[in-house]
Amino acid sequence: MIPLPCAPGVGYKPQHYSDILANPVPVEWLEIHAENYMGAGGRPLAQLRHLSERFAISVHGVGLSIGGEAPLDTDHLSRLRHLCDWIAPASFSEHLAWSSHDSAFLNDLLPLPYTAATLTRICDHIDQVQTTLNRQMLLENPSSYLAFAASTYDEPDFLTEVARRTGCGLLLDVNNVFVSATNLGYDPRDYIDAFALAQVGEIHLGGHDEDEDDHGAPLLIDSHGAAIVDPVWALLDYTLARSGPRPTLIEWDTDVPDWPTLAAEATRAAFALAYARDVPAMCLPGAAE
Amino acid sequence: MTSQSIFRAALLDASVAVPAGLTDGAGRPAPKRFAVYRNNVAVSLTEALEAGFPAIARLLGADNFSIISGTYLRAHPPTSPLMMLYGADFPTFLAGVEPLAHLGYLPDVARLEYALRGAYHAADATPIDPATLPNQTHLPLAPATQLVRSDWPIFSIRARALSDDAPQPPVRPETVLITRPGFDPQAQIISPATADFITALLANTALDSAIDIALRTDADFDLTAALTMLLAQNAIISLTTEVPT
Repeated sequence: MIPLPCAPGVGYKPQHYSDILANPVPVEWLEIHAENYMGAGGRPLAQLRHLSERFAISVHGVGLSIGGEAPLDTDHLSRLRHLCDWIAPASFSEHLAWSSHDSAFLNDLLPLPYTAATLTRICDHIDQVQTTLNRQMLLENPSSYLAFAASTYDEPDFLTEVARRTGCGLLLDVNNVFVSATNLGYDPRDYIDAFALAQVGEIHLGGHDEDEDDHGAPLLIDSHGAAIVDPVWALLDYTLARSGPRPTLIEWDTDVPDWPTLAAEATRAAFALAYARDVPAMCLPGAAE
Repeated sequence: MTSQSIFRAALLDASVAVPAGLTDGAGRPAPKRFAVYRNNVAVSLTEALEAGFPAIARLLGADNFSIISGTYLRAHPPTSPLMMLYGADFPTFLAGVEPLAHLGYLPDVARLEYALRGAYHAADATPIDPATLPNQTHLPLAPATQLVRSDWPIFSIRARALSDDAPQPPVRPETVLITRPGFDPQAQIISPATADFITALLANTALDSAIDIALRTDADFDLTAALTMLLAQNAIISLTTEVPT
């Protein structure tokens, strides 16, 4: 298995196929949503086959419902195994969330109370995933819009315990930390300080929308549909200063921009990674272009 | 009910009370925060339906489509995490929406759009070399090959819905053949005899019997034109004297 490079990656969108092949700089790896590549054939699989010959691929699941109260969907797990066997990705990741219940797939990442019962269930499901796929997986922290009165763990402690019990790695979405911290009223740097940074195999960055709640307090919505805001870039710097360089992904899934706009976001991530490496940014590959 | 059953019911039905025990960061109730999830589910599924049924969305207009898709997604949420499959029963649902009864063609146009989506994701296949085609054999067709029959001019209605440059649909039934010569599904109107011919091939009927079936529909059935068209569409993937399974 080739690990993801400690370099910028982007969430792959088919409309960027030709641009990526012509000039990917500074992007060195691509992330795909697993469920979009589970058809029998056609252009999606042909593009993925071609891209995987040139780029490290991260397979990011959005449909396994690891936090679901029901057993995991073994048909879906088989499809994931088939995809991972075929493409041999550098990384597989999923979410600390649920999305399926009572035969309905709700197409959203839904929240969980952080309790001992949830912890046991999540760890059992991750054991099953890692055994079936015969690989370590990464688990991503969610965006939170609300809290559960029933929770007995803080989120970083909960994720640390999941990683300790299962041996899984963690995917740290810095935008999600910023969104959750704003929405629930804590300092995002305290969250980073409490996070098991040694277990982080990948970082996500994305844009969000702004709203307000019933009491007029700011309510940020994780939309992946806009540029990354300056406070999130600052939080990335804060994180990388403590974790060291990590594979860092730009997620832009709705109102997808043209390739130069997306590559510019990736370039900003490349500079943050270079700074974290204590390498002068002028030495970055492609910096002279 | 489990907590996720309660959550699920409230997500899909705004008249169901927000689940207990959900708060803001200070421990205060904050129902608007639960509404974020309600909105995410409704918007993401509506967008999936709009992407999957663009002609239906244009024919109904944004406001009507939003109402119709909102009703559909609450009664028929996806049953699989593969969103490429979502909407298989949307055509049947449309047929049961009474205020749309005067638009009799809508369900068939929706079936055409779903068939095009299926063809996009169908398995790849290698077409045969026409020089090797014998007279009497089975001709398995590529997995993407589909027929959508309608009493309505569904091809013309879809074309008009998606492009203002397309002509006014004529008053006639249209049967549409979907093929995928490369990675882009192609739709074309075919004659009733050609449709019966291709239906027979899709059912693994031998070539000579399929020709007989087509000739019974139309004594002037043009075999050469039908085979040439299928070959040009890369739809014929094998020839065999065995009955394909």
